[in-house]
Amino acid sequence: MDTESTYSGYSYYSGRSRSSHRHGERSRDHHKSRSKDSRSEKSVTINMPPAEPLLGDSAVRGEPVQDDNWGETTTAVTGTSEHSLSQEDIVRITKDLEDSVGLDCRRYLTLTLTVILGLLVFLTPLAFLVLPHLLWPEKLQGCGTACEGLFISVAFKLLILLLAIWALFFRPPRAGLPRVFVFRALLAVLVLLLVVSYWLFYGVRILDSQDENYQGIVQYAVSLVDALLFIHYLAIVLLELRQLQLCFSVCVTRSTDGETRHYNLGQLSIQRAALAILEHYYCDFPVHNPALLSASKSRAAKHLAGLKVYNVDGECPEAPAEGPGNNAAAGLAHSQSRAMIAAAARRRDSSHNELYYEEAEHERRVRKRKARLVVAVEEAFTHIKHMQEEEQKKAPGDVMDPREAAQAIFPSMARALQKYLRTTKQQHCHSMESIQQHLAFCITNSMTPKAFLESYLTPGPTLRYSRDHWLARQWTLISEASVTSGLKDGTVFLLKCVDFSLVVTSKKIPYIQLSEEYIDPKSHKFVLRLQSETSV
Amino acid sequence: MSFVPGQPVTAVVQRIEIQKLQQGDNLILGFSIGGGIDQDPGQNPFSEDKTDKGIYVTRITPGGPADVAGLMMGDKIMQVNGWDMTMVTHDRARKRLTKKNEGVVRLLVTRKSLEEVVKQSMNKYPRQ
Repeated sequence: MDTESTYSGYSYYSGRSRSSHRHGERSRDHHKSRSKDSRSEKSVTINMPPAEPLLGDSAVRGEPVQDDNWGETTTAVTGTSEHSLSQEDIVRITKDLEDSVGLDCRRYLTLTLTVILGLLVFLTPLAFLVLPHLLWPEKLQGCGTACEGLFISVAFKLLILLLAIWALFFRPPRAGLPRVFVFRALLAVLVLLLVVSYWLFYGVRILDSQDENYQGIVQYAVSLVDALLFIHYLAIVLLELRQLQLCFSVCVTRSTDGETRHYNLGQLSIQRAALAILEHYYCDFPVHNPALLSASKSRAAKHLAGLKVYNVDGECPEAPAEGPGNNAAAGLAHSQSRAMIAAAARRRDSSHNELYYEEAEHERRVRKRKARLVVAVEEAFTHIKHMQEEEQKKAPGDVMDPREAAQAIFPSMARALQKYLRTTKQQHCHSMESIQQHLAFCITNSMTPKAFLESYLTPGPTLRYSRDHWLARQWTLISEASVTSGLKDGTVFLLKCVDFSLVVTSKKIPYIQLSEEYIDPKSHKFVLRLQSETSV
Repeated sequence: MSFVPGQPVTAVVQRIEIQKLQQGDNLILGFSIGGGIDQDPGQNPFSEDKTDKGIYVTRITPGGPADVAGLMMGDKIMQVNGWDMTMVTHDRARKRLTKKNEGVVRLLVTRKSLEEVVKQSMNKYPRQ
């Protein structure tokens, strides 16, 4: 069982992280190459040895033969049965536990540093104002009207600063990113530098010399608060405003079934762009359904299974005199694969025929079952009626709450719904409990049967399903460029999770040169097109 | 049959003489014209070059004077009684054809088949 910790770009428990993970990434890649072989048969392995497809073939063939009971008991352990899913779940839960422990430490460290910096920033102006009164109160000049007016200004500016910091920074963290968030780190360093330099100046010029001009000291404190407000303005521009202007169009493709979406992003670093893309992923992409991929895999297996290479003469191709032993073997394998490709191209296979008829048959079956389902649901919905307030008092029969009403009408449509889900291979996404809940929800809100069926007829976005059906929880960002560098034209990176990966390419939106042309409104004139025929 | 501005127009023409027929109060020729420099040349179904704004014969009354004289539908009228018809407005063309004091109109018309006949005859007897 895997005990690697693939640190992810998106994990539900973590806050933002600061430390870099350079050596962690290297060890991660090392683990990954080992783990690919030990994973269950659900993963996509590209190099398949020729012997395997026969096994996989029979296993996949066993899938459609099922009985129509809800709690299905499959006997063949295929990639889409309930049993192998649960094994994956165990692996995932272990990873979740491990990661959450590591991340909490990082998050608390960040939180502590931030709190310390915040306290320092907030208390410094107050310290500047209070220290002269504590250390040399008798030498101090009295505070005149202008000076007291400055007190009010300091107070309000500090309040505004507090509210602004709360608004910008004290939000629940969305994600944990692999590398430090560069702009935030830079801003923190800048604030620290500012505060330290102000303290230095204060310590040398005011504390040591015990300056009596209290108004000057108050003005100095006010200038510090002003500088802090300006740094906050800089923070807003760098963190929030800079990426609002759209510069890049990214194309996101899911590697297993080719679902593609395009998004527009501003100037972001690769890790922030990955975060934005993942948030869009959960809202836009239909949920990943591995059951729909089995057909193409079985076809791929059949392509390879038909040919076998025999070496009749029993002699190797010429090997160089001092070449290593595997050179000859590589040359042999090379010529064998070429022979297979040539033979496959020449052979007349009718798999396209099979595909065509299979797809037509499947579509017909889906439509038939959908028709039965729609009729069953409509009929079921006619049996209950949403009662108004006044009618409830003089109710003839027994009055039910939504949950009981749902349970009452569910059996009449259960069979048709189950058959439809089985045909469209969605049965693992919906449990009976979730269907009944959805039904209760629909009758509470007086929805029509069509509205109830909408969530079953089309696969919805990933967020709509419960978390154990997402199949996309831990993400790894794989990129050739450094993940804190900005997006450029032609950047390609991968967002990998256990079952599939998202391939992201970015293109720059071109520079647009607009020129103007003035049209005088009086210049719009028209003339009829004449076409007359005169007889003479 | 199109023209290049600035160059002389050359065409193979046929001379047709039509006697006007008295019909009630009018003298008619028995055909209809279309085209002219004030008209839309793109809608002319008979012209080869759709920028040609010449006068074309669009209809011939069967059995009328034009039909008898040998005028055919789709002919382009180049001259009427010596007056040029390649650069006139539609109304001027009509007026030239319907002058009350003329009983005969002599037209010079051109059509594609004329060009081809001449080309064939030139090929048959190549110049020595």
